[in-house]
Amino acid sequence: MHPAYSVIFFTTASGAGYGLLVWLAMASALGGFPPDWALGFIGLGLALALITAGLLSSTAHLGRPERAWRAFSQWRSSWLSREGVLAVATYIPAAILGISWVFYETTQGAVVFASVLVSVLALATVYATGMIYASLPTIRAWNQPLTVPVYMTLAMATGGVLFVFVLSLFTQLPTWAIVLPLAAVIAAYVTKRFYWQAVDESPRPLRPENATGLGHLGKVRHLEPPHAQANFVMREMGFKVARKHADKLRRLSAYLMFLVPTVCLLLLLMVSSYTAPLFALVAVIAMGGGVVIERWLFFAEAEHVSMLFYGAAAA
Amino acid sequence: MTSLPQTTEKKLGLVIDLDICVGCQACVTSCKEWNTGGYSAPLSDIDPYGADPHGSWLNRVHGYEVGEGETGRTVHFPRSCLHCETPACVTVCPTGASYKRAEDGIVLVNPDMCIGCKLCSWACPYGAREYDENHGVMKKCTLCVDRIYNTHLAAEDRVPACVRACPTGARHFGDIGDPDSAVSKLVAERGGYDLMPEMGYKPVNKYLPPRARRDSTTSTFQPAVEAPDHSGGGDLASSFFAWADKMLSR
Repeated sequence: MHPAYSVIFFTTASGAGYGLLVWLAMASALGGFPPDWALGFIGLGLALALITAGLLSSTAHLGRPERAWRAFSQWRSSWLSREGVLAVATYIPAAILGISWVFYETTQGAVVFASVLVSVLALATVYATGMIYASLPTIRAWNQPLTVPVYMTLAMATGGVLFVFVLSLFTQLPTWAIVLPLAAVIAAYVTKRFYWQAVDESPRPLRPENATGLGHLGKVRHLEPPHAQANFVMREMGFKVARKHADKLRRLSAYLMFLVPTVCLLLLLMVSSYTAPLFALVAVIAMGGGVVIERWLFFAEAEHVSMLFYGAAAA
Repeated sequence: MTSLPQTTEKKLGLVIDLDICVGCQACVTSCKEWNTGGYSAPLSDIDPYGADPHGSWLNRVHGYEVGEGETGRTVHFPRSCLHCETPACVTVCPTGASYKRAEDGIVLVNPDMCIGCKLCSWACPYGAREYDENHGVMKKCTLCVDRIYNTHLAAEDRVPACVRACPTGARHFGDIGDPDSAVSKLVAERGGYDLMPEMGYKPVNKYLPPRARRDSTTSTFQPAVEAPDHSGGGDLASSFFAWADKMLSR
């Protein structure tokens, strides 16, 4: 599948933003730190900026972005529509939490309802994003039980690392604020490894013989393409990264997304609060680079059954 | 509305005869022409005389080599929207632009509502939907909904453009949901099949498989009249007539 950079940026940035939102909301509701208004402003501001930038970027992928408002109407049947509705709905409790935290320095009491609601809606939005891909029967690599868990654990991991960075700017990091995000990073790594294994081992039973229904006559070979140049279907669904490149990129993304942040987070248990932001920032940058590569691979390694008509060997 | 209708009154679709199709591309061209001159923005034709001509087409004809060696044969394979009964391309659409008509089962894209997100093309296993770069919306076979009910056209023209254009009669149009229709009888008689039924989309269009090969190895030809016997008879007249017959048969 052709990796559209606007979609890659959208899912990674807004995933991290929603994750950060959950960390901030739940940690503040549980009294994890004093409700410093600047922490709220920077933290929630960063989360909402990432979410908004991601959502705007996703409209860049559209042919007619001026009609994007229509995408809220089909939530009864379409995961893409549901994602849009949930994404917008999340802003409301986020705004309530933001006002309470920044203007009233209050994160306990009644505002906890908003914190819980924003966490639920943020996770629901990431769930819907994953389901857009997981619900397509045409793409075997996406139509997997672990696709949605990968989206959700990566949102919590990327958001968690951002949370550590933001918190480190304001206060000495309590142990839980290092260990819990570390657990999220490890959980995301384990999920992603199992996902890659499932995709590599999943059978590809369809052949050109199935696509054309001519298998009873013998082997089917694509002799004459319908057109001399590639068309939209070939460009969108036919993009495939070579196996050897994919293996290297998987390793690189795993180092950046999991190894580097894990090392940084472990080091944060030992370093002073003056240098902590630096280590956290390294983790953020590495994680960001790693998740962009991971998302690119998510598209580039995916095969679409329609390519069976265009000479693909199996799907 | 992108929830699917529970049932449709008719199941209009095409029956493609893979035994007869010669790959002439007349259906491809007539479809392109009809959908360029008709109701909506023209199908895009970008850089047509340059290095990378491309654009959106609703019907495409592939050529496959089926079998190997002596038993190999070329099968020309037209591919366009199969107007499935339970298509995911309709349910994934976030705006409701993609819909299936309850009255005849035709799956359409409303070009005034489509935002061009391309998700429907990802959902289609048959590669039937293409994004039109110039128009910014998704395009697909309309089953010539603007022809089949169009009383401004002569009655024989109220079929899809591709069906009308096919010079060999390889394309048929009708109600595949009606067991007494001509197309349904054709499908039953020739063993028409669905493409990739395992995907679960329940395509309505049917493909008729190529017939069994006919060549010298399978020929059951019997001459209608016995060849004349030139071997016997010393009779001069019969020898003369045998000679005359031989000369005249050359």
